Amino acid sequence: MKHQTAGFPKSQIFGLILSLVMTFGAGFIALKTSLSFGVIMAIIGTLALIQAGLQLFMFMHVSEGEDGKTNIINMLYSLFCAIVIVFGTIWVMTLGTHTH
Amino acid sequence: MSAKVNTALPLEYQTLQNQMNILGFWIFLGAEIVLFATLFGVYGVLGTRFADGPILKDLIVMQDVFIQTVLLLVSSFTCGIAIYEMRRNNVKGLMTWLIITLGLGAGFLFMEIREFLHYIHAGATIQTSAAFSSFFALLGTHGLHVTLGICWAVAIMVQIKKRGLTSDTARKVFIIGLYWHFLDVVWIFIYTFVYLKGAVA
Repeated sequence: MKHQTAGFPKSQIFGLILSLVMTFGAGFIALKTSLSFGVIMAIIGTLALIQAGLQLFMFMHVSEGEDGKTNIINMLYSLFCAIVIVFGTIWVMTLGTHTH
Repeated sequence: MSAKVNTALPLEYQTLQNQMNILGFWIFLGAEIVLFATLFGVYGVLGTRFADGPILKDLIVMQDVFIQTVLLLVSSFTCGIAIYEMRRNNVKGLMTWLIITLGLGAGFLFMEIREFLHYIHAGATIQTSAAFSSFFALLGTHGLHVTLGICWAVAIMVQIKKRGLTSDTARKVFIIGLYWHFLDVVWIFIYTFVYLKGAVA
């Protein structure tokens, strides 16, 4: 296992800078550009997913430890469940209705 | 408790019991992801049904949302530094960074409650419309998690003060650290799919 004890907490600082850049980048794209709604949502949705991955790997060290592989499978399965729940709900509940 | 101690590993991983507790907490986080997914699903369906009430877009103060986001993001970073200091056996550093983390977390809560009050004064309560019911359910659940996390972390800091940094207390700090990072992950999605989406729509 990686056991960082000396020096500089590089991965944390790198993670902070990257997530700040992505947060304000997403804000800029959403508020200051005139792209269509669908394009904006696709870009900032992707940025959110990357940022979540960043937190998992840079801050939470999801793959460290003897259970690293189990953790990854656990998180991927949770992600799968989350996607099915969110998009499944929206799909079923808006099917055949007019959204205003 | 497991008697087998592997001192080559960081303190929080040294016993089998600790490893199992940390794995168990990851599985709990998996369940938390699903919990928040249900709330995001509901918000995705109802988030635009404002009935005759106020529209979210008219109420959002983007500057305050950015402040909340930065507070929580930086607190996730300082929490990471706290764990980093713990692994260097620096108890004073650990405590200092934990206090900074909780201060930032409290600042976030202050901003969020102020925002809720602003919405309520503008006539958007949990009873106003389907959109605001799902809005307050989602953000309220997240805010409750942050509140709980602050109380939990304070209790663990008291334990460290009393018992010092042992294999047990190190595990507890590590687990609250995972929890805190997770709250930031949830916020990223609220920021994107509630605030930015609401401001664009």
